[in-house]
Amino acid sequence: MVGIVSVGAYVPRRRLQRQAVAAAHAWFAPGLKGLGRGERAMACWDEDAITMGVEAARDALTDLDRARIARVVLASTTHPFLDRQNAGVVKEALDLADTVAALDVGGSQRAGTSALLDALQASRGGAGDVLVLASEKRRAQPASELEMMAGDAAAALLVGQGAVAAEFIGGHSVTVDFVDHFRGEGREFDYNWESRWIRDEGFAKIVPTAIRAALARLGVAAGDVGKFIMGAPMRGINEAMAKASGIAAEAVVEPLAQVLGEAGSAQPLILLAHALETARPGEILAVVGFGQGCDVLLFRATDTVATAKAGLGVSGWLARRAPETNYLKFLAWNGHLHLDGGMRAEADQKPVLTALYRSRKAAMALVGGRCTVTGVVQFPKSDISVAQNARTIGTQEDYPFAERRARIITHTADSLAFSPDPPNYYGTVEFEEGGRIAMEFADVEASDVEVGAVMRPMFRIKAVDETRGFTKYFWKAVPDFRA
Amino acid sequence: MPSGIKDRVAILGMGCARFGERWDMDADGLMVEAFEEAIADAGIDVSQIDAAWLGVGFDAQNIGSSAIPLSRALRLPNIAVTKVENMCASGTESFRGAVYAVASGAADIALAMGVEKLKDTGYGGLPVRTSGTTNDLFSVNGSAPGSFAQLAAAYRAKHGVSREDLKRAIAHVSVKSHANGAKNPKAHLRKQITEDQALNAPMIADPLGLFDCCGVSDGAACAIVTTPEIAKSLGKTDLVMVKALQLAVSNGWEAQGTGWDGSYFHTTRIASRRAYAEAGITDPRKQISLMEVHDCFSITELVTMEDLGVSAEGQAVRDVMDGVFDADGAIPCQIDGGLKCFGHPIGASGLRMIYENYLQLLGRAGERQRTSQPVFGLSHNLGGAPNQNVSSVAIVGLAGA
Repeated sequence: MVGIVSVGAYVPRRRLQRQAVAAAHAWFAPGLKGLGRGERAMACWDEDAITMGVEAARDALTDLDRARIARVVLASTTHPFLDRQNAGVVKEALDLADTVAALDVGGSQRAGTSALLDALQASRGGAGDVLVLASEKRRAQPASELEMMAGDAAAALLVGQGAVAAEFIGGHSVTVDFVDHFRGEGREFDYNWESRWIRDEGFAKIVPTAIRAALARLGVAAGDVGKFIMGAPMRGINEAMAKASGIAAEAVVEPLAQVLGEAGSAQPLILLAHALETARPGEILAVVGFGQGCDVLLFRATDTVATAKAGLGVSGWLARRAPETNYLKFLAWNGHLHLDGGMRAEADQKPVLTALYRSRKAAMALVGGRCTVTGVVQFPKSDISVAQNARTIGTQEDYPFAERRARIITHTADSLAFSPDPPNYYGTVEFEEGGRIAMEFADVEASDVEVGAVMRPMFRIKAVDETRGFTKYFWKAVPDFRA
Repeated sequence: MPSGIKDRVAILGMGCARFGERWDMDADGLMVEAFEEAIADAGIDVSQIDAAWLGVGFDAQNIGSSAIPLSRALRLPNIAVTKVENMCASGTESFRGAVYAVASGAADIALAMGVEKLKDTGYGGLPVRTSGTTNDLFSVNGSAPGSFAQLAAAYRAKHGVSREDLKRAIAHVSVKSHANGAKNPKAHLRKQITEDQALNAPMIADPLGLFDCCGVSDGAACAIVTTPEIAKSLGKTDLVMVKALQLAVSNGWEAQGTGWDGSYFHTTRIASRRAYAEAGITDPRKQISLMEVHDCFSITELVTMEDLGVSAEGQAVRDVMDGVFDADGAIPCQIDGGLKCFGHPIGASGLRMIYENYLQLLGRAGERQRTSQPVFGLSHNLGGAPNQNVSSVAIVGLAGA
């Protein structure tokens, strides 16, 4: 039996209040007022599709042995790199073996469901366990509808054989070059066509046909679908597609539009991960991805579906929230507003690719060293141990810190150093099982930062080289939300 | 333990440029200004200098590489000139080079010059620079005040000091240094401030406000050293002798190991104990007359009082508030204004500290002269951050002390 072993998600902590966006645009685009309800997830300046994907993966892999993963797939239409395997960065951050395959999937809002469908079929064919990630930080033009409706988030699903939480019944795909929007090479934003046409000629003609075909081919009655998962942002569209397919209106899952927003190609997978949190054993879930065609995936929750959510899950991440009413911050972090950062912002961030490669385990996976003679652990690894009373040379083995808890021993809030999110909080944290690292903090308020506070590492952007277009990643310490 | 440097080397002359925003001058001019005073004080000709050391902290952002800038600026007669760089302790490093050269007998007369010309960078505060290719992969995007501010959190946690009490004590540190700097014609900052001003200043790196931070200055300071015998042969009578010169450098234990709690300088504790042993000082609080410490930030000065052993552990806040380190206190600290107000031209600072102790020992400190005759003057020069640094302690005193 092939299916979903576990699910995870990641939703950035800040939630931009749509009312604040609508109010800022009222002079220019008063029509946005109608969309000015609820909140949307807003990535911090140091998050992108890779970092969010990593965190979602960690969530799905909580308490699971990562050695079972044979392949990592990162679906997105907002991969940070056009030519550097983004899934490969995730693989390094997760400290997976070099024998793990990696693949980026993109090019369509259907990327998430297509990647999942492909992974399930590959796993069924003996490819082993596949970690499917879908992650989006969609770039929307200020005052566009997308800016209001989008949300930044990621989902992770571990697909494999054997004991699964949701059995994959089967899938069905149709491909139609229906261009409701597009984004060409080198273009910053999407170009959109009229929504009525998209609804009537796109969704209404393509989706129900595909769903009915899938149900018929897989021998599932429409009335047996307990959860209908599509998550299109257009008002009423999910209900309409369910109805047109013979699926009960009550089966349509909450699209999280008011609490998260629409995370592009990641949205169906986020909603699937969310739905599995409450799915009953035996319940049938239909997942639909739309974009130049349609993917339909059918699952049946197993008796162990309650174990699907390995970590915080969608609901846990949604609860970890900080409302943001400063729209200027959103504009600045997304590069729409260029604030004067002063000379300190000019520091050259040219990457040193040789050093990065040599130290990739430390820089990408937060792997330090453990002396096999004394047991002393440290970061980073070194030829000669840092232990004062036991001078050992060449005795260190890899020692991963990323999944360990740490406590703050020193801290400050720096208003002088340049940060897109001042003041820059940082300090030294000491890990509960030994070892310490001076780290930047992320996702903190002043009240979170005190000596003894419990933190955990999170993979984030360290700096962006604007001159050469390179993103540097490293780990920062965030309050341990699981504590 | 080796016999040490005590009484083997005398200071023949010293000079110090006026510190500050020297828009009128480049590094050459600053070095010449300090040198002219030093060589006149020494009463020798430039041809008598056998070797020279140049200390600079941010060479890439001002004078460029090598010791050639010193040799050129002073038109030294093709002698050996060496540049040393140990971050903010570079000035003391240059002094150490010159003193050791004389002590070894390799040079009869040696010169140490520290210089920094940072007001051409356009930055307020220190310029941003790399921390090394590999370190840059992991290092915190921070600033100097942010590095040192972390002492406060750890110190408060360790000693149970309230935020308000510590903030007030470090304010007192700065108020005192401003009062001292006001009396120093060569000081960068010469205005007195009030405790309220210090407490209410804009936050730079929590809990350090603007007045908890020293400024970055342009400046140069110079020492000419020789043996006591040569000094006497040149007609010098009141000799200021080098009593101790110690340097302790972090090896990564504080930053990577286990045990350091973030509230103190491991290296300063080591360097000062070694220096006291070298100088024959057994009770620093009683025997040290004057201190010039590396008060890059007020909190640094406060915890350094404990690291130097002049305050008992956990008692620095009380000593500061009791005025122990004020100009009229038991052991004045920064009687010249310190880094805080005399200024902090990185490579020059260590020599500037020794310069003040030298003047005070010879009774030449003008309006800020200590009334009772000093015996030992200690200077403490620090480079780096609390969790990884270079700490130097130099002690000078009159011959016979």
